[in-house]
Amino acid sequence: MPFKRFVEIGRVALVNYGKDYGRLVVIVDVVDQNRALVDAPDMVRCQMNFKRLSLTDIKIDIKRVPKKSTLIKAMEEADVKGKWENSSWGKKLIVQKRRAALNDFDRFKVMLAKIKRGGAVRQELAKLKKATA
Amino acid sequence: MASTSKLSRGIKKASRSHMYHRRGLWAIKAKHGGSFPKAEKPAAAAEPKFYPADDVKPRKPSTRKPNPTKLRSTITPGTVLILLAGRFMGKRVVFLKQLKSGLLLVTGPFKVNGVPVRRVNQTYVIATSTKVDISGVNVEKFDDKYFAREKKKKSKKTEGELFDTEKEATKDLPQFKKDDQKTLDAELLKAIEAVPDLKTYLGARFSLRDGDKPHEMVF
Repeated sequence: MPFKRFVEIGRVALVNYGKDYGRLVVIVDVVDQNRALVDAPDMVRCQMNFKRLSLTDIKIDIKRVPKKSTLIKAMEEADVKGKWENSSWGKKLIVQKRRAALNDFDRFKVMLAKIKRGGAVRQELAKLKKATA
Repeated sequence: MASTSKLSRGIKKASRSHMYHRRGLWAIKAKHGGSFPKAEKPAAAAEPKFYPADDVKPRKPSTRKPNPTKLRSTITPGTVLILLAGRFMGKRVVFLKQLKSGLLLVTGPFKVNGVPVRRVNQTYVIATSTKVDISGVNVEKFDDKYFAREKKKKSKKTEGELFDTEKEATKDLPQFKKDDQKTLDAELLKAIEAVPDLKTYLGARFSLRDGDKPHEMVF
């Protein structure tokens, strides 16, 4: 099975450990075998071990170590945010964050909605069963 | 007295008579008619009957005053609280105000979940971020004295009546307390019914289910 996501300049990655956990960053340079120089619009450019990065499918077109403004422009042209939020991985993360931030009252409302949905599904199923019986 | 000079260790330069003159005792004697004024000895105290074995300092009563109970910043009037202990464990109630004793005044409302107007300790409560509009509710008349226990009247019982438990006064809620509950809850219910699902929410008890991580849950 060949690799599909490569460490390259312009590869968008998700930080999976440490202070910047959950942030989307762009690899702007490779320091050595283990580390990359990494940058994001709202972050100071820093080095990170590859082990802290989870590579995504998204890649942008930049030269080695671009200026911050160039990076931001390139990210907007490639629509990194849009692509990420429409990807199934990105959507999952958004849902996880939403669920974690639910209030006690919100959780109660979700429970009521689930029961209502389950009831509606069961009713339809019963109708279908009756029709085929 | 000015410093005395010395010839050698232990040998003063001035003689006894010279020193007497220098000290001026003759002037003090002349002032007081020939003799040095004797200080009056204070009257000797009567010998105490008892001497304690150890020298112990008498204890002073503490002058420290307790501070008023600090109300958690997340608890404001109208907050929905989850009771954690007691008869109404798990019930979601509405917070009204903090009483002078530091306890929190809460109500179900009674019609919604059976919790009457009651006092509750802050430490046995989880504050949720859900708030109810409490501006129309008057809680002036509720204070710690309202909840004080009624003093039982001690009546003498004859031997036959000692085991007669029927005659003991029955603990029934006085009518004025029931009326207070009704008036308190009337305004509150209007505010609660304005929010969809809030009434059923307050009627349901809170519990932890499988997979719940209370340290990660946002209340």
